[in-house]
Amino acid sequence: MNKPLSLIGLIILAVVHNGLAETIFVTLEKDNALAVVDGATQTLVNSVRVGQRPRGIALGKNQRQLYIAASDDDTIQIVDTETLQVVGRLPSGKDPETFAVDPRGDFLYVSNEDDNLVTVIDIAQQKAVKEIPVGVEPEGIVVSPDGRWVVSTSETTNMAHWIDRRTLAIVANTLVDPRPRAAAFTSDSKQLWVTSEIAGSLTIIDVATKRIIKTLGFKIPGVTQEKIQPVGIRIDAKRRYGYVALGPANRVAVIDAAKLQVKDYLLVGQRVWNLEFSPDQKRLYTTNGVSNDISIIDLEWHKVLKSVAVGNYPWGVAVKP
Amino acid sequence: MSTQRAVRRRIAAEVGIRTLAYPIAHQRLFAGESGDHWLSAHTLLRPIHYPEFAAAGMNGSSLLKKLAWSITLLIALGHVQGAQRAVEPKAAKLVVDYLTQEKEVRPNLPNFDLVVTDDGIQGARLAIQDNNTTGRFTHQTYVLHETVVPLNGDVTAAFKKLAAADHPSILLDLPADTIAGLAALPEARDKLLYNIAASDDSLRADRCSANVLHLIPSRAMRADALAQYLLKKRWTKWLLVTGPAAEDRLYADVLKRSAKRFGIKLVEERSWTHRYDARRTAQSEVAVFTQGVDYDVLAVADEAGAFGDYLSYRTWLPRPVAGTQGLVPTAWHRTHEQWGAVQLQNRFREQARRWMSERDYAAWLAIRAIGEAATRTQSVDFTKIRAYLLSDDFSLAGFKGVPLSFRRWDHQLRQPILLAADRSLVAVAPIEGFLHPTNELDTLGYDEPESKCRFATGTKDNE
Repeated sequence: MNKPLSLIGLIILAVVHNGLAETIFVTLEKDNALAVVDGATQTLVNSVRVGQRPRGIALGKNQRQLYIAASDDDTIQIVDTETLQVVGRLPSGKDPETFAVDPRGDFLYVSNEDDNLVTVIDIAQQKAVKEIPVGVEPEGIVVSPDGRWVVSTSETTNMAHWIDRRTLAIVANTLVDPRPRAAAFTSDSKQLWVTSEIAGSLTIIDVATKRIIKTLGFKIPGVTQEKIQPVGIRIDAKRRYGYVALGPANRVAVIDAAKLQVKDYLLVGQRVWNLEFSPDQKRLYTTNGVSNDISIIDLEWHKVLKSVAVGNYPWGVAVKP
Repeated sequence: MSTQRAVRRRIAAEVGIRTLAYPIAHQRLFAGESGDHWLSAHTLLRPIHYPEFAAAGMNGSSLLKKLAWSITLLIALGHVQGAQRAVEPKAAKLVVDYLTQEKEVRPNLPNFDLVVTDDGIQGARLAIQDNNTTGRFTHQTYVLHETVVPLNGDVTAAFKKLAAADHPSILLDLPADTIAGLAALPEARDKLLYNIAASDDSLRADRCSANVLHLIPSRAMRADALAQYLLKKRWTKWLLVTGPAAEDRLYADVLKRSAKRFGIKLVEERSWTHRYDARRTAQSEVAVFTQGVDYDVLAVADEAGAFGDYLSYRTWLPRPVAGTQGLVPTAWHRTHEQWGAVQLQNRFREQARRWMSERDYAAWLAIRAIGEAATRTQSVDFTKIRAYLLSDDFSLAGFKGVPLSFRRWDHQLRQPILLAADRSLVAVAPIEGFLHPTNELDTLGYDEPESKCRFATGTKDNE
């Protein structure tokens, strides 16, 4: 395909995108703020003050509420997505960084890095109902789409801990590469993908057996291996492609989710950390911590469309339809 | 607390050697649990070992690595009833020894410096706790056995006692000469000694020994790190100031070696010979001392900290100070926060109520290395752990962004070196652009072709 044609294609796509009205929420770790980007115009429309050192972010039930981990306030704040006001707080335990919401939006699972715990919060009651001891420095946390599993990864223990969501007990542990960061399930809940910062790798685990199917490494010409620090993961609903943010390598790896091979590397902003799909999964938003912007990637063309400056140290991203 | 210390001191005086077993810090992990579900679950932790399976895409790695990867620790938990609680499988126990000797506090210590009496040991204790947290899932428990020999006590006798107790993993928080002596003892032959304190390059060269692993960086690694950074800044003319101690001369030697390696010009070397307390007279002394020469950086070799801190802001020309004071190459520093380091800093401070030192970090690394090997090999067997530590599969996360491992030729742990000022982390070496054909960490210190270490045959690594 020639360049002018693909450019025209991108312009058409951009025009089509203008019809969509999604809202992108980005936590700004060093601004103590939440940036609001309009999906239609792809511009920053608002920035509101939230708690100290906001990092993890997720949408709640009916997309009405947004949860934000205010790490230095030791709490998870509830923000109304319409008024952008902080309307409540959840007892997250100390220094919450990452958390996950179950598919029905009733419970929240929080990694407490300093205490080697996963805290389970009943959202309706705004109460911590359970503390589950896990390995040293729990980091990544995710709930399987079928609601069966909560997986917590511990950075110094180097394991993915499988927590049965019914009993809230650990039933299995899978040893992975050093310093596991993030974890993500495929939409059919059959595979778990885990990124490891130090090994610079992605481990793909079979959920049924809890065994490793494959460990994928990354190699980018002209980029030293130590710059490749995989973090955030998103896998599309059809399981065609998976995307892995590579941190200071400033790239997002595109992975063929059927062959489990790296297909491409997309150059985005500096220190790309977390990823989120648009509701139609036609675009991917990335937070770039050092260049203080988000990148918007078109997923039909696997092309980076635009970067939008949002504020200091963008960390997490959530997208509301 | 103080009573406990007094009792310990009395025992030390009576027995000659102070020995304490550090309790496994398990209590806190289970405290605050709602119900006893977890407590009971813990007692039934039982790893199931799966035989090796052929996983796709894992070609090229050794059998050991495959095994390590493919072992998935399936822990059957089920709902636990009170009666079943009696069925408690015995956790595999791994004892790590920590051997040190009381140190003389140096005179003229500034009042604002905290007197630290548990340097190193606190790092070891934290690592034991970290290993035990992981051990709950692998069904392994770790115990630290601390031996502090009094100032005039016999370290060799204490070491022989430990060796006889059949604990083959011994951390040595001791000077270089003592480490060399202990490593050469017949009692040390089937042991693995972890040097967490001595930076002497000779221990990694002509005095090297196959049964010693060096967790603390060598002086040459430090000097290379500093030289790389100063070369990047193009501050390539150094005035070298060397203190009177033997260690200062060793430090000066590696600075000279690095200068030669990286094309830095040593404009002049001057010896600091003032024996009295420099605090009183520094203003005039230092200005005079640094006169009559032009240079970019004042490189200082003063390991004991007798005068180096008084050089900054007092030189004849306005020049920065680097080396043992000023901009310092070190394995660990309180200003280091990257790559999750802040988590280790927090954990350590909560436990020790002070900042983690380089020695604490080295001790932490040593015990984490043992723990990592025990996790990956699914064994507390010493032979397996030793083989894994020295294999290509071993890789340790040390909060420095890259995997750490042991150099095969001298058993030095390859690791990035921090270049730290008092309140600012200035750079992390290897500095970008300093390349190496296999591992950029090997641009720091003695690389394989230049190493003078030849492990005696018979005590060679079991590879």
